[in-house]
Amino acid sequence: MISKKFSSVAEAVADIPDGAIVMVGGFGASGSPIELLHALIDHGAKDLTVINNNTGNGEVGLAALIGNGQVSKMICSFPRSSQSRVFPRMYKEGKIELELVPQGTLAERIRAAGAGIPAFYTPTTVGTVLAQGKEDRKFDGRTYVMEPWLKADFALIKCEVADPLGNLTYNKTARNFSPIMCMAATTTIVQTGKLVTAGEIDPEHVITPGIFVNRVVEVTDPIHEDTLIAGAGRYP
Amino acid sequence: MSAGWTREQMAARAARDIPDGSYVNLGIGIPELVTRYVPEGREFIYHTENGLLGMGPPPEEDELDLDLMNAGKKYVTALPGASYFHHADSFSMIRGGHIDVCVLGTMQVASNGDIANWSTGAPGAIPAVGGAMDLVQGVKQIFVITKHSTRGGDAKLVERCSYPLTGPGVVSRIFTDLAVVDVTPDGFRVVELAPGIDFEEVESKTGAPILPPI
Repeated sequence: MISKKFSSVAEAVADIPDGAIVMVGGFGASGSPIELLHALIDHGAKDLTVINNNTGNGEVGLAALIGNGQVSKMICSFPRSSQSRVFPRMYKEGKIELELVPQGTLAERIRAAGAGIPAFYTPTTVGTVLAQGKEDRKFDGRTYVMEPWLKADFALIKCEVADPLGNLTYNKTARNFSPIMCMAATTTIVQTGKLVTAGEIDPEHVITPGIFVNRVVEVTDPIHEDTLIAGAGRYP
Repeated sequence: MSAGWTREQMAARAARDIPDGSYVNLGIGIPELVTRYVPEGREFIYHTENGLLGMGPPPEEDELDLDLMNAGKKYVTALPGASYFHHADSFSMIRGGHIDVCVLGTMQVASNGDIANWSTGAPGAIPAVGGAMDLVQGVKQIFVITKHSTRGGDAKLVERCSYPLTGPGVVSRIFTDLAVVDVTPDGFRVVELAPGIDFEEVESKTGAPILPPI
């Protein structure tokens, strides 16, 4: 019987190599796979390219991975927010590269990769500096720019409930980028708050079908990034 | 400084121009106040781009869920009839023209409808765009709420934006502390003056030619 179950977060991330492209689910603190990120810090892979909407908060999770010098490039739409300190400091010191992508274009580039669409046209950025160097084309009299798909070697995802086949449900707005990142990565690694047997999730309620998921590890009572930050947490 | 509209009055004035039943996306800052001033008898459904339609007010302490936030990363609630969805669906709503009105703050807005609200372009600044460029290109109507002038007294309504654009020719109506201003094929035109404000004052504080109310 198929089981994608892994017994620990350490085992689940053990083969992520130096130089990997890694998608990380989450929008701000909601949906951030803290335990998988901390396992990746322990694992130590470096020179990573990370794709996330933001750049992490405080000195935990994604911000801690960046602060630990493991990330050479961030691809994101909004690299600074009130709680983000690590990335802005390292960016100003020239220690990390940034590819800025508008949020909807970032989402669609990820979705396109998962859907096998190498590029698409969007009106977003037309007439702005972010359209410079992009191929454009008119459809029905309006100008659009071409955007390529965005693939990854690995995706680190947090979900609410999973079964051993990799069917997933999420909690509220913690869903954000996770379903499309599951589609776009070669190897999708999921931490779930609850692992149930196949059949326990109503097929009508499955948000991410198991075909998009490779590894599932149960992390009961996952720590929320906001809780860590409220306690001025640090990792390691 | 008693003449003119307060932040709350600017938001209330903008809310009056949003039709009943609209799907609405609100930017961060003064636009967020619009939810408090929905005119009697109207209902708006709020979209927040991180993946919620039917967004409600901030939670009471006993209903707080750390996984329920808005695009400004503030905790919110979900009203009866709300739905959650992933980011590609959320921006399909935006880019696909399904959202009726977006209300944004801005750094500059030009008389040709150009808007600049994501970057000053200053060297060394960390650029951050979020969903602004998707919203201005995709939402059917772009409203702007902004003070007429910066704290330093510079005009925010200008002939051409000096900051990098978020999108060209996208803004239709501007609500400032001094007036409601339309972007027309002939440039800015005052639609309505705030109490105690005359056209000459608006004209003197606008960095582009502006037409009086019809």
